[in-house]
Amino acid sequence: MKTFKTLALASVFGLSAMATASASTLDDVKAKGFVQCGVSQGLIGFSNPYDQNNWTGLDVDFCKAVAAAVFGDATKVKFSPLNAKERFTALQSGSIDVLSRNSTWTMSRDTTLGLSFAGVTYYDGQGFMVPTKLGVKSALELGGASVCTQTGTTTELNLADYFKANKMEYKIVAFEKNEEVLKAYQEGRCDVFTTDQSGLYAEVLKFPNPADHMVLPEIISKEPLGPVVRQGDAQWFNIVKWTYYALLNAEELGVTQANVEEMKGSANPEIQRLLGVKVKNPDGTEADNDFGKGIGLGADWAVNIVKGVGNYSEVFERNLAQLKIARGKNALWNQGGLQYAPPIR
Amino acid sequence: MVAFVRTQDAPVAPPPANMTGAWAAAKQKFFPTPLSSVAGVIIAALVAWVVWTLIDWAVIRAVWSAPDRELCNAEGAGACWPYAFARFHQFIYGFYPVEERWRVNIVFLLGALSLAALLIPSIPRKGLSALFFFVIYPVLTGILFVGGMFGLTYVETTQWGGLMVTLVLSVTSMVASVPLGILLALGRRSTMPIVSLLSTIFIEVVRGVPLVLVLFMAVNMFPLFMPPGVNPDKLLIVIIGMALFAAAYMAEIIRGGLQAIPKGQYEGAQAVGLSYWKMMGLIVMPQVIKIVIPSIVNHFISLFKDTSLVTVVSILDLLGVVQSSFNDAKWASAQTGNTGYFLLAVVYWLFCFGMSRYSQFIERKLATGHKR
Amino acid sequence: MTDTPDKRFTSAPPSGSWTDFLYSAKFRSWVSQIVVLLLLLWGLYEIVVNTQANLARLNKNFGFDFLGKQSGFDLSTALIPYSSTSTYGRALLVGFWNTALVAGLGIVFATILGFIIGVMRLSKNWIVSRFALGYVELVRNVPLLVQIFVWYALVLKPLPGTKQAYTFFGDSFFLSNRGLLMPHPQFGPGAWLGLAGLAAAITGIWFLRRRARLVLEATGKATPTFWPSLALLIVLPLLGLLAAGWPLTWSFPELAGFNFKGGMTLVPEFIALFLALVIYTASFIAEIVRSGILAISHGQTEASQALGLDNSKTLRLVVIPQAMRVIIPPLASQYLNLTKNSSLAVAVGYPDLMYAGGTVNNQSGAAIEVFSIVLVVYLATSLFTAAFMNWFNSRMKLVER
Repeated sequence: MKTFKTLALASVFGLSAMATASASTLDDVKAKGFVQCGVSQGLIGFSNPYDQNNWTGLDVDFCKAVAAAVFGDATKVKFSPLNAKERFTALQSGSIDVLSRNSTWTMSRDTTLGLSFAGVTYYDGQGFMVPTKLGVKSALELGGASVCTQTGTTTELNLADYFKANKMEYKIVAFEKNEEVLKAYQEGRCDVFTTDQSGLYAEVLKFPNPADHMVLPEIISKEPLGPVVRQGDAQWFNIVKWTYYALLNAEELGVTQANVEEMKGSANPEIQRLLGVKVKNPDGTEADNDFGKGIGLGADWAVNIVKGVGNYSEVFERNLAQLKIARGKNALWNQGGLQYAPPIR
Repeated sequence: MVAFVRTQDAPVAPPPANMTGAWAAAKQKFFPTPLSSVAGVIIAALVAWVVWTLIDWAVIRAVWSAPDRELCNAEGAGACWPYAFARFHQFIYGFYPVEERWRVNIVFLLGALSLAALLIPSIPRKGLSALFFFVIYPVLTGILFVGGMFGLTYVETTQWGGLMVTLVLSVTSMVASVPLGILLALGRRSTMPIVSLLSTIFIEVVRGVPLVLVLFMAVNMFPLFMPPGVNPDKLLIVIIGMALFAAAYMAEIIRGGLQAIPKGQYEGAQAVGLSYWKMMGLIVMPQVIKIVIPSIVNHFISLFKDTSLVTVVSILDLLGVVQSSFNDAKWASAQTGNTGYFLLAVVYWLFCFGMSRYSQFIERKLATGHKR
Repeated sequence: MTDTPDKRFTSAPPSGSWTDFLYSAKFRSWVSQIVVLLLLLWGLYEIVVNTQANLARLNKNFGFDFLGKQSGFDLSTALIPYSSTSTYGRALLVGFWNTALVAGLGIVFATILGFIIGVMRLSKNWIVSRFALGYVELVRNVPLLVQIFVWYALVLKPLPGTKQAYTFFGDSFFLSNRGLLMPHPQFGPGAWLGLAGLAAAITGIWFLRRRARLVLEATGKATPTFWPSLALLIVLPLLGLLAAGWPLTWSFPELAGFNFKGGMTLVPEFIALFLALVIYTASFIAEIVRSGILAISHGQTEASQALGLDNSKTLRLVVIPQAMRVIIPPLASQYLNLTKNSSLAVAVGYPDLMYAGGTVNNQSGAAIEVFSIVLVVYLATSLFTAAFMNWFNSRMKLVER
């Protein structure tokens, strides 16, 4: 009986967002006129709402890049702030089209949750932050420390594993919400604050005295963060995946937001393929380079991406330089990092 | 022999000297017994200390204007009021778009006016105000807040926040809980075994578990119960959860009122040939409502306080918005949290104290009619 | 004049029509009930079907086998041995005992504080009664959750770090922002004799009080029972332990590195939750106590004073026992409220049942199963408390002829 009341209420209020489970996400998105993108509720550098819902960050720019690829307009995107618990349900149920919310790629998420990770936009790892005055230089000196963290995350589990593996004891202080974790750490409730290292760099900016805290060198876990889509829609999966690769290839080939128009005239065949420019042969014939067709988009899909948000390096610098995060593992493969995109051909 | 018969009263002897005068009155009032005098002095000192500490913090050492957190972060600084001023609009509207906030203001204004019309006894046409407040006003609020029709832009509920959400939550669950509660109470007292059993189970289960659990279950499990593809709004789920929770408690209050109505009233109504619903609607319920109004107001007070629990499931109500502003890089300081909590306590206190005063007032007013 | 009665008052309606039963109240009541039942069953069916479809889509199975899986996370306080290698089921059990601890202690202290404030409210001393009034009006008009946060901030802020911890009783109690550390009794073999002593003491006290009552009823002489009971309660368990060769050692907390080792800890989260619960609930109990005492006719007080009983005896022997009958039913519901409110522990990170349930749900993804367990436990606790208080209430009832 109660469910009827609730059902009736739900329909009366008319608030329920009906997501039609249609076959093609791309068609849905085109019909709507925008990409609905799941982001975090506020993590500087990745997805952070400044006043009036003006979102910025690496994850946010990635969504903008997807919108640019689809519509040729990076502003045709809407953001849904989600907490750690809701994020996968929101994607599964179809209320968002892509989840770009510093989510770690794990086997169970990629297989049993019915989701697919499209790539690793940021290679991260769990780290520790301590007050400088504690005088600790390495995580291995943390035996017996009280550690603040958030419940229901992989962080909590990695923490237990790390201390167990190094035969150290620790006391956990875990909260449901990130704000409470930060507050407890600042008030001295615990000696150590742990989360993804990028998160540490981002959160320290919110502290009254950022200089009083330091991040320890150890990284205790692999946290490949990347965009996620629903399983079963290969076309949409490819669009998201190749948006990411386009960002990387653009950086590798030196195509930037500023020079993308002039790069269209480049003689480099790789750049011609990326930008989908028609090649004029000396004999007067024209050759197509329309790789966008393969993912249901126009030939200028990558041009739109780069015009919209720039290449990977530009996105990274714009959002993460303020956190004083070095490229590190996120440098291109030919510069000692892990970011490597398959070629467009 | 009677030698003397007094023809008039002897002069009244004055009370003992230590019982008269301002000093004695004061002594009676403040130092009646040694033990309570000692307790009184200690308590007075304690209260004075607490009040002074608060004034010192909230007024004397407080920072009144500052561009950012620097001043508030200084050693020995008191309350950080500039932070509260800067965030004031967010505390009230959440992330509601600035250019649409007039809609919220209209709802606030209409709510205040209709509530005044409903609550102030000297204003006539209570039926009309009740109809407006309980039927038209919620619909109007829904249209204005959500938008998407009549040329209003659509505003997602994720952008709602602050006091606005607290009021939406409390008013909706209050309004919804009255009819639902009456139905449940009638159901529980019904002679129909299945209806009675179902109502009883619902009421007891909901009253037996914490609201936090109800909210957790609503948010985590409700989507699983829906057909695939249907993805109800989170705020709506929470509102439904709170309304059902409130209804179960309301049902018990109404049931208490029903039990207080003498059987003769039912029999009289039946004797004049009223049907069940007419008997309830015209004879019994009006009396019940009158009896239970004070309990209902008390229930509303606790409901209003309970709306703060939605913070736990990440809804940005007043408490949630204030808490989330603590880590704003511009204002995060040693005093930001204290200022925020102080403000929260004052705002919640004003609302609840107001309601409880009104409840006492109405209780006195209604009591006169029943004195024997 | 005819004898034909007014048609309206004839009892038998036109009979013989087969549709008669359609109008009978009984038939209608059953039809509506069956409709309600069918709607409910249909709703349940829909839910089950939807849930199955959703779970299948998420590649999840409904079942309780996750309870035996390794949890992988730690909890800050546990009354029973627990570590990250324990199971999810164990984590829930830890949560249950933590809830029991905070609710149990909370009930005891809220009752004490509530009675004190309630009696103060009726004090002849203006300062005392106004203070009690102010306390009640201030505390019960602010949401408990806000109060928990305020206490958490107030508890944590002024406390020093571990190295500057306040010490009491010569390095056996430490108070710092890691919480209150206390010596922890450790029992060796033979400690059951101490328990046996305790059991003997309780039986002894029961007999003592029974005898005192019989003597009182027979002769009117009051025999003091309080001090002898207390003595029994202390001496017998000690004797038991002595007989077993004193198998009791204390583990003292000591500073080692960042933190204390040994002893037992009341974490600040617990302290904040406990304080908030006690202070909040006490304001309601105070009002219950006050109205209970006011409900006792003034004649009772006057009669007792006329008999020469002093104020405290009047309160203790005449007023409170009678007021208890008025007080107990609402008191019971306050106890239930406190127990349910203890679930707000999630907000400050004290690992109670709700917190453990939330974490297990997040890590295992078994939402329906986990929350069903939590629901059943809270419901059972509530019903059990309600049943106990009903029983207690019926015992306290005025025995009338």
